[in-house]
Amino acid sequence: MRQCEVLVIGGGPAGLSAAIEAAKAGAQVVVVETNREVGGQLVKQTHKFFGSSRHRAGTRGIDIAKILRKQCEDLHVELKVNSLVMGIYADNVVAIDEKKSLTEHNIERIQAKKIVISTGASENSIRFPGWTLPGVMGAGAIQTMCNYHRVIPGRKLLMIGSGSVGLIVCYQLMQAGAEIVGIVEALPHINGYAVHASKLTREGIPIYTGYTIKEARGKERVEQAVIAKVNPDWSTVPGSEIVLDTDIVAVGAGLKPLIGMAHMSGCEFVYDKALGGWAPCHNKNMESTHKGIYVAGDTTGLEEASTAIEEGTISGIAIAESLGYIPKDKAKTLKDEGWERLAGLRSGFKGEDRVKAKMKQLNRYDEVMKGGK
Amino acid sequence: MRVMNHPVLGEQKDIEWVTIIFNGKPMKAEKGEMILAALHAENQIVNRYTAKRHEPRGIYCGIGQCTDCMMVVNGIPNVRTCITPVEDGMTVEIQEGLGKWRGDK
Repeated sequence: MRQCEVLVIGGGPAGLSAAIEAAKAGAQVVVVETNREVGGQLVKQTHKFFGSSRHRAGTRGIDIAKILRKQCEDLHVELKVNSLVMGIYADNVVAIDEKKSLTEHNIERIQAKKIVISTGASENSIRFPGWTLPGVMGAGAIQTMCNYHRVIPGRKLLMIGSGSVGLIVCYQLMQAGAEIVGIVEALPHINGYAVHASKLTREGIPIYTGYTIKEARGKERVEQAVIAKVNPDWSTVPGSEIVLDTDIVAVGAGLKPLIGMAHMSGCEFVYDKALGGWAPCHNKNMESTHKGIYVAGDTTGLEEASTAIEEGTISGIAIAESLGYIPKDKAKTLKDEGWERLAGLRSGFKGEDRVKAKMKQLNRYDEVMKGGK
Repeated sequence: MRVMNHPVLGEQKDIEWVTIIFNGKPMKAEKGEMILAALHAENQIVNRYTAKRHEPRGIYCGIGQCTDCMMVVNGIPNVRTCITPVEDGMTVEIQEGLGKWRGDK
């Protein structure tokens, strides 16, 4: 069986950052990525990032993906694309299904000294009559089609959810030439950044706060959406219905960590709504309760690409340290700096809840390792 | 529709085209793009009909996880078209139910 020092599952911002740090210190790293190129969801993020210059504020997500990829290539990180990790087994053995063509697959097993799980997240859906009709899709899905594949499967779009994703995706669809018929938000207020919402309202796009989608109508695809005022118990107010002509209903109802791999490894989990639900807990090295298996990015709690990069960086440093490539004191300084930057990122919008949730994960890790329940 | 002009991504030009056969008819596609993207460019949004109720399904996740985009490709059913690139001469058909294995290539 093939051996490697570090195997990273998922080549998004977290995984690539982990790979870069470990490789920089001298470790041999393999990144396994299911898509045909690395970058994760950065490849469709045409917007500029917020924050400090350390977090590449002002740089577009699509360019950050290129930068990270170039760094990996320069450091001779092996980027194994079109490759799906099927499972993690005893003694850090990972089974990989590499897609060669429509009918040819190559199955391989690799045993790694250290594993990083950075599988990201998946979109939540909401159910309503007509939700299975073609034209109802994830907000991330329409963003992928528009910004990455450069096609839009329709002309008019209704967005469900006014979180950051919903707002940004609407703006980007508008940039690409689609008509936005409105944004529906069940909360009494806009859920994302005001700066993004303003860009849309300035264009005359209505944001229906206190509304929800009641139904999507159409024969072979969405033709209309019915929205209505929502009561605190999620029932709708009779007579408040508005019928909108649209052929796309995008659902931006948040995301949840993709935890299959962590679950299969037997990691301990913590539930917190602020992080999108169940996520593996970890220590300050980003190591899970399964020794030698690290977790970073959205897989250990929904945040942003910048936080994923920092968590990946910390895990890469910790791995390099435990493999003997970085002396303990130097590693400590580097990791402390990483945690400081993370604290900075978590001091902003809705940061307080995430700080608490992350603390819960760290505490749970300690409890489990001490043998508590 | 195709996004030909984009304020950030720039203009889409010098596209190299190939031809796929969609439900028996030729359809142009950009070389190397995903099957689903080629269909969306032609406003073709139904990928399959469900086995029990014969309901239409189209893109949901767009990243190979939800399986709503499964179609019969080169006679092979249940191919996730959002993550499978086109090839010149490839046949793509709307899938009925779980599809039948023809495996012509």
